[in-house]
Amino acid sequence: MKQFSVTAMPGFAFIAILGFVLLYVPILTLVTYSFNGAATMTSWGGFSWRWYGAAWANVDVQSATIRSLVIASWATLISVVLATPVALATTRTAAFKGQSFIYLYTNQTLVVPEIVPAVALLIFFAALKTWTGYQGLAYLIAAHTMWCIPLAYLPIRARLEGMDLSLETAAADLYATRWQTLRHVTLPLLMPGILAGAMLCFITSLDTVVITEFVKSAGQETLATYMLGQFRRGITAEINAISTVLLMLTIVLLFAFFFLTRKRAA
Amino acid sequence: MTPNQITPASLNPAQRQARADARRNWLLSAPALLFLTAFATLPFLGVLVYSFLTPGQYGNVVWKFSTDGWVGLVLTHDVFDDTLVWADAHLTIIWRTVRLASLTTLITFVIGFPMAWFIATRPPRTRAFWLFLITIPFWTNLLIRTFAINEVIRNEGLINSVLMDLGLISSPIAMIYSDGAVLVGMGYAYLPLMVLPLFAAMDRFDMRLLEAGYDLYASRLTLLWRIVVPVIKPGIIAGCILVFIPALGAYVTPRVLGGGKNMMLGNLIDLQFGQGRNWPLGAAISITLAAVTLVAMLVILRVTTRPAER
Amino acid sequence: MKKMLIATAMLLATTALANAEGVLNLYNWGNYTSPEMLAKFEKETGIKVTVTDYDSNDTALAKIEAGGAGFDLVVPSANFVKIWIEKGLIQELDLSKLPNHKNIAPEWMNVDYDPGRKFTVPWQWGTTGMAVNQTVYAGDVNTSAIFMDPPEELKGKINVTPEMGDVLALATMYMGGEPCSEDAELMKKVRDKLLEAKPSWMSMDYGMEDKMATNDVMASVYWNGAILRAHLRNPDVKYGYPKEGFVVWMDQVALLKDAKNVEEAYKFLDFIALPENAAMISAFARYANGIAGSEAFMPDDMKTAVEVVIPQEFKDKGHFIPTCSPKAQEYITAIWTALQK
Repeated sequence: MKQFSVTAMPGFAFIAILGFVLLYVPILTLVTYSFNGAATMTSWGGFSWRWYGAAWANVDVQSATIRSLVIASWATLISVVLATPVALATTRTAAFKGQSFIYLYTNQTLVVPEIVPAVALLIFFAALKTWTGYQGLAYLIAAHTMWCIPLAYLPIRARLEGMDLSLETAAADLYATRWQTLRHVTLPLLMPGILAGAMLCFITSLDTVVITEFVKSAGQETLATYMLGQFRRGITAEINAISTVLLMLTIVLLFAFFFLTRKRAA
Repeated sequence: MTPNQITPASLNPAQRQARADARRNWLLSAPALLFLTAFATLPFLGVLVYSFLTPGQYGNVVWKFSTDGWVGLVLTHDVFDDTLVWADAHLTIIWRTVRLASLTTLITFVIGFPMAWFIATRPPRTRAFWLFLITIPFWTNLLIRTFAINEVIRNEGLINSVLMDLGLISSPIAMIYSDGAVLVGMGYAYLPLMVLPLFAAMDRFDMRLLEAGYDLYASRLTLLWRIVVPVIKPGIIAGCILVFIPALGAYVTPRVLGGGKNMMLGNLIDLQFGQGRNWPLGAAISITLAAVTLVAMLVILRVTTRPAER
Repeated sequence: MKKMLIATAMLLATTALANAEGVLNLYNWGNYTSPEMLAKFEKETGIKVTVTDYDSNDTALAKIEAGGAGFDLVVPSANFVKIWIEKGLIQELDLSKLPNHKNIAPEWMNVDYDPGRKFTVPWQWGTTGMAVNQTVYAGDVNTSAIFMDPPEELKGKINVTPEMGDVLALATMYMGGEPCSEDAELMKKVRDKLLEAKPSWMSMDYGMEDKMATNDVMASVYWNGAILRAHLRNPDVKYGYPKEGFVVWMDQVALLKDAKNVEEAYKFLDFIALPENAAMISAFARYANGIAGSEAFMPDDMKTAVEVVIPQEFKDKGHFIPTCSPKAQEYITAIWTALQK
């Protein structure tokens, strides 16, 4: 039994717990009031699903949700398809000329505040839209993909770095071609990392508000921009319900992420 | 040959193989690089170009070269006196942005350091649970988190309702629509961003060093300051940069919690594309913001890739 | 992986399909379009209307000017209509497609920014004045001093709507001038006074129909209809008409030059020119409209509300802001940019 803990620092545990509490109080408040039968925070009107019903029935919310999901799905797919080869190319290989350039270039959007690419794409797409007349979702999908690529790349790279090489070396010793090794050994082993990247991408795409707000065309509200709009106009308790649902979705996805990326025995 | 190579035992000279490998790597990276060039780099260059054009009377630009955008960053033309004066409104906003971003970094560090330490010193079984607990807010939609803070601090929000119910105050404390509200919002949003890199660094820290320190009769504080901090310094720097940079470019939080009056750089940029009717200026501010963050990123890369990590 | 591809492809396809039916893209002020009216329109014509919000005339203009936004109809205010026409952004209406055009009230038919209503159909009109929560300040509400020379009780609790034209007009009239003044000396005083008053303000934001109802804001320069909505939720909110001069404005619907759904747009324009539909629009946002005969269909609380019916003693203090000359506009913009920061 340890009577004396080497690692305990005075006051740290208290601040830590306080920090966790502070982190969760606002979120829990939101979740609690999404079930509030009354419309304001000052009174509790009993447990009720009415705001969920209202949000579900709201046509704007429906179309915004579907649009968000469509954009997120496409952005995730394309990001992963683009990021996996780059991860393979820049990890665990002998240093080659331009390797750090590729690394930096791929992650260029990570360091820039979201408003900068938002503005850039506003200008760029505005010109494209007038020039081609096409105004569909592809712009938003491209924008979200651009924003997501580093988030797909980094988990895949992390997974690659942590992978046990022995299986691939074994495959090589058995005269498998590079392509065969890739397809039958590397990629399956990499799958958790790819899925992890995909999930981060998905969550981020759902979360992206500034870029979407600047780039969207007529009638292209996503869940995020819908909420921003509501927030600026007048908050209805529906927002609590929508927020809680999004929160639950995030938790589920994160749970899967943790499950997938935990260290397993080879 | 480095042990990391996964090519089969090859009979070719090492150099030829290396060159073929490099070519292959470039080819693999090409689609992503091209995509990013088209949708990130080129549009960014477009912004650069726009910053050197003339503002249209009601927005958009006139394709005529002008330095108005860049000059407008620091100087404004006073229409009444017909003089050039320092754009102190811009400077106020820049100062507010830097100030709030720095304060946010400080606050998240003060709260985040103990939190990260706490998680890192949990037994491995429960550690995953605490980590999970901190990543949920991290990945929760920023709007939701900002909205949640709003619900807590506004005049009929949680804090005021509770205080009034308890009879401690008779009228609500006005917390919303102020610099303080924005600070609380940003601190809340970016706290996980500070904790996670700190935790990652602390996770790698060998706790036995502390034991050794105790054996040498050092106090806890000394241990912290002289042993822990220097070793996890890259983590500290990473955390600070990860908070400072997004805080600099914050848009949603000041927009929603600042009430349109406490503008930060992100809002100033937004204004130029709307009521401000000065796209070149908006472009110039964007580029300045991007440049500052890029420089900061290079600095951190320099500092953190030097110490041996493995 | 393949399954997800097919699934998302189908999802994307269905979204595209949905857009192929009768669709109309309306670009309007936030919280300004009646959902019931849209539902009725869809029921009668089968056309689905998407509404995208903007907060100010300048934002709308900027967005459309940037190009490629894909809207069909936009709702500019009176002092902006000339700008939209000059820039060639809206098109002249084919009146043969609008049989209900004659319903436009006579006093709103021949406005100087669109004589004969060749470009626009009236949407709603209203006033910009002061709204105050009477529990915090019980004094005179009918003055711009509330935001220009704030009383002690209201300092730090005032919102000023970020609508450049309205705020500058009120401020200019408060300092003794006429809106769109070209008097440099006067405008300088206006600027200084506004900058002096600004620290006493709490915010410069929209959404007062909600924020004053929930007591987040105690006073505001704002539009009458929104304040009526706040008042209905929170009776402490009182609307006042600044005696130094207040703003009268009108919003109207215009057809964008690059509109894709032109036929649907005409159906909509004709639809809103019917008295009962115009009344539906008014009932939602609580503003008066410019269609003759709609009074019969208006909700009762609007027939007597002080927010809608201008009291006799203030009737001649209302000013309809025209489109300012470039010189006046330059002053206004300069003051506004100094103020916004």
